[in-house]
Amino acid sequence: MWARMAARLRKESMSEAITGYLFVSPFLVTIGTFIFFAAIYAFYLSFHKYDLFTPPQFVGLGNYRRLLANTDFRIALRNVAVYTAGVVPVQTAVAMALAVLANQKLKLQGFFRSAYYVPCITSSVASSLIFMWLYYKQGIVNYILSVLRLPSNIDWLGNPSTALPAIMTLVTWTTSAYFMVVFLAALQDIPTSVYEASRIDGASGWQTFWHVTLPLLRPSIFLVVVLGTIGCMQVFDQVYIMTRGGPLKSTMSIVYLVYTEAFGDLRFGYGAAMAFALFAVIFVLTLIQRKYLDVKIEY
Amino acid sequence: MLLNVMASGDGAAAGDALLVGSHPRHRWHAITRQARAVVTYAVAILVTIVTLAPFAFTISASFKTLSEVLEWPPSFIPSRFILDNYRAVWTVSPLFPRWLLNSALASAITVLTNVFFCSLAGYGFARLRFPGRDAIFLATLGTLMIPGQITLIPRYIIVHRLGLVDSLAGLVLPDVARVFGVFLMVQFIKAIPKELEEAAKIDGCSRFGTYVHVILPLCRPVLAALTIFTFQGTWNDFTWPLIVLNSPENFTLALGLNYLRGQYYTFWHLVLTGSLFNIIPMLIIFLLFQRYFVQGISMSGLKG
Repeated sequence: MWARMAARLRKESMSEAITGYLFVSPFLVTIGTFIFFAAIYAFYLSFHKYDLFTPPQFVGLGNYRRLLANTDFRIALRNVAVYTAGVVPVQTAVAMALAVLANQKLKLQGFFRSAYYVPCITSSVASSLIFMWLYYKQGIVNYILSVLRLPSNIDWLGNPSTALPAIMTLVTWTTSAYFMVVFLAALQDIPTSVYEASRIDGASGWQTFWHVTLPLLRPSIFLVVVLGTIGCMQVFDQVYIMTRGGPLKSTMSIVYLVYTEAFGDLRFGYGAAMAFALFAVIFVLTLIQRKYLDVKIEY
Repeated sequence: MLLNVMASGDGAAAGDALLVGSHPRHRWHAITRQARAVVTYAVAILVTIVTLAPFAFTISASFKTLSEVLEWPPSFIPSRFILDNYRAVWTVSPLFPRWLLNSALASAITVLTNVFFCSLAGYGFARLRFPGRDAIFLATLGTLMIPGQITLIPRYIIVHRLGLVDSLAGLVLPDVARVFGVFLMVQFIKAIPKELEEAAKIDGCSRFGTYVHVILPLCRPVLAALTIFTFQGTWNDFTWPLIVLNSPENFTLALGLNYLRGQYYTFWHLVLTGSLFNIIPMLIIFLLFQRYFVQGISMSGLKG
């Protein structure tokens, strides 16, 4: 009798295992092909010369060596560094301020929150096209500046010194609200008792924010900084649509360079090597940020 | 109230909400509280203006003639409201309806496949026992760290090998099931009480039957979130369509808009009107389902 039961159990768990594999298989096949295999294949390609039509040709570290000597790559790396260093702190601060604002008890708060979030659901194409028009020499941005008696009549996207900051402003405008939601969720997670304790200790509102709220938001700050950095390092859409890397390569980003190398000049191996170099930079940055920002909090 | 006073982070004393009375000091507190409310509303309105103004300018431009769109100084309200741009965007670029249709099809297909495959896999990972389950799940989560630009080139090569470049199939195939979706589903399904499934099991329901009749109906809120995120991902995507599609008649709307701008370089009235067709469907979905947006983000564990 025991043997029969065990056999039945085995049969049952066997059929459960088969069902389990069947349930996860469509998903596994998709990401197995387009992520796992793709990532390994990209690594393989980065050591080869490949143009899609002739078989890959092994070149060892040739692609990576060429990369180090490539001035465009160095320019792109510097642009992306400036871009990330500018966007991430501003967007993190704006997102936190928006979250505090969205956490107030206001009439119409639902309307305000939705309004803050609208730039975030707008496609990169639509927002880039709209801002191209706003940034026109005779456009609305210059008009507003002239009304405020600030320097205007600037060709924002046509000038090498203003094109990158113009794109940075657009991206901060679009992505801040996304990170606002992260901070808002964290703010709403902080127990009221923490604030009560701070009040009993006689802390002012500002002191409470600085010494209680902000430290408790640290895990979220870490997350927002890491995700923001990863996103910024990979900037492409806005560059492609608004400036094509110009003027004078002042907005050329690494992914834009990967795009032109791989899909413009059919240098897939070289493009893959570039993508891996960027990945390495992102990875190191994440580790550094983790060392300085990450902390576990339990209530 | 207390929570919001504290979190507001401004300089007023914390307890004033509880202490409004006739004492002069308390009256003073009531006044500062009112002043603070006024300032908070002012800031909220100012931020709303900053986030919405570009759209307001775009909508206004869509009712203007080209010369008025480009005139200096710019006016906010059109001198005469015209609907010509909405007509012209369909006729000047005859492919415009095609782009709209392509975007709708691609988005609908990815939403349906993601809802089905991700919930199925989510149930598998959350509830079924099979060898290697946890290791496989962890490995798939690990792929979230691989940046999209790494897999872009191989994706294209694979789709090229399959002969699917420049087709709807090639556009949607790599995205029929996303890791994020499975992650969302696993989190949600794990929180469903097991007793609900056991009842179905006793009634002789198969695993697939349990999935269809018990799990899926309970998953409605998370499926709504998944629908929104997937729709947004495909509807707004630019990079992948740019790479995989070549012929203008196969373009999605996002790609088509950029093409329109390249073709008719100075036709800003049409480009701006066209971009509203890209923004408004997404906006409608957002307004209808916005609570799931926020839920989805906090459910994904993004709150840290």
